[in-house]
Amino acid sequence: MKAPPFAYVRAASLADALARWREAGPEARLLAGGQTLLASLAFRLSEPATLIDISRVAELSGIAEAGEAIRIGALTTHAELGASELVRSRLPLIAEAVPLVAHPAVRNRGTIGGSLAFADPAAELPACCVALEATIVAVGAAGERRIPAADFFTGLYTTALAEHELIAAVEVPAARAGERTAILEVARRSGDYAMAGLAARARLEDGRLAEPRLVFFGVGQAPVLARGAMAALAGQAPGRVAIEAAQAALAGDLDPPADLHGGPELKRHLAGVLLARAVRRLGGAEEARAA
Amino acid sequence: MSTQVDITLTVNGERVSRRVEARRHLVDFLRLDLGLMGTHTGCEHGVCGACTVRVDGRIVRGCLVLAASLDGASVETIEGLSDTGEIRDLQEAFVARNACQCGYCTPGMLITAADLLRARPQPTRAEIREHLSGNYCRCTGYHAIVDAVEATARRRNGKAGP
Repeated sequence: MKAPPFAYVRAASLADALARWREAGPEARLLAGGQTLLASLAFRLSEPATLIDISRVAELSGIAEAGEAIRIGALTTHAELGASELVRSRLPLIAEAVPLVAHPAVRNRGTIGGSLAFADPAAELPACCVALEATIVAVGAAGERRIPAADFFTGLYTTALAEHELIAAVEVPAARAGERTAILEVARRSGDYAMAGLAARARLEDGRLAEPRLVFFGVGQAPVLARGAMAALAGQAPGRVAIEAAQAALAGDLDPPADLHGGPELKRHLAGVLLARAVRRLGGAEEARAA
Repeated sequence: MSTQVDITLTVNGERVSRRVEARRHLVDFLRLDLGLMGTHTGCEHGVCGACTVRVDGRIVRGCLVLAASLDGASVETIEGLSDTGEIRDLQEAFVARNACQCGYCTPGMLITAADLLRARPQPTRAEIREHLSGNYCRCTGYHAIVDAVEATARRRNGKAGP
């Protein structure tokens, strides 16, 4: 379980990182928090010739208001997200997601940029970004490119990032008045990757769900936007009838692969259970938060 | 670009300079290069928590940190926390309640528990379990460990142990 040999270079700035990356070629990898990369190197799932350490690049840090959105620098750790008053007050879904991401020692180093770039289909933050219609700000030699989160996750561990393009930040629209969000998951051990999870968002208007958005994780190749279930919930009161209709529609939204946790039917069942819990949460019930 | 990296950092308050292989993770650096055997090598891919140490005051998985990236950092290990006496009461509670058993997970458990008690001096048992959820004990002595952490919190808050 030792990583293969590689060269290491520490980037001093964003421009320096991009220059060194081009110099080192496409086989080089960026090292940010390293919480996924170093584990995958230990397994020798990849053998990059060079690691370019971007963890001290100041331009990639910080959480700040940017108009109606909150701009989160790619190097922001999960712990920093969890400690941010701005995140707590303006991005409650992200704040609720943080304790579900791994364990304290991992959250102290793992970064949001790393989580999004690695694009594990069972990870929480990619699903949150799709649920909240965040924008990924990518930077390469040609300059900055803004990619909607829904278009960013293109497949298993695959993103819309081009060669030698990195994530500089993610801009997440702040919660609007009346907006409700919830994130729920089932994991064997607290902090492990979810067997199935759901990031949900809607407004409640006159007791009915408006613009519901359901993004499942751990049940597909990437975060899954459950359009059928969303349509079944739109305009409905968040009760049993709407839940059953959405659960029925979910069958057409999901095509879960089998994994170490179990087969597709287990995932479908868990997704339906999470959907019901999430709709009750969106409707105002505080139960099932930890379940 | 080189596979060898020169670093200078502080380990348990002492300044240390070494040339390390770029791929050397912090646990191997502590154990093999510095001879500090208190930090244990477990799974080496970030799952078990046996290698938990502090870097710049925050707990990390030693196996998921490259020594090469720690130039200028301050590292604290179980040896340092033992020598300063910072966690003596916690260690005594682990002994009193037989929370060590084989001892393999103990350094990581102690450092993680100390981290919790700094942030939340009066944690509930659920909070203790949650904070320790990333640390495996394969003797499965979790109840005794939670008891020891809870007892330490109570004693620090001026109450008799449960």
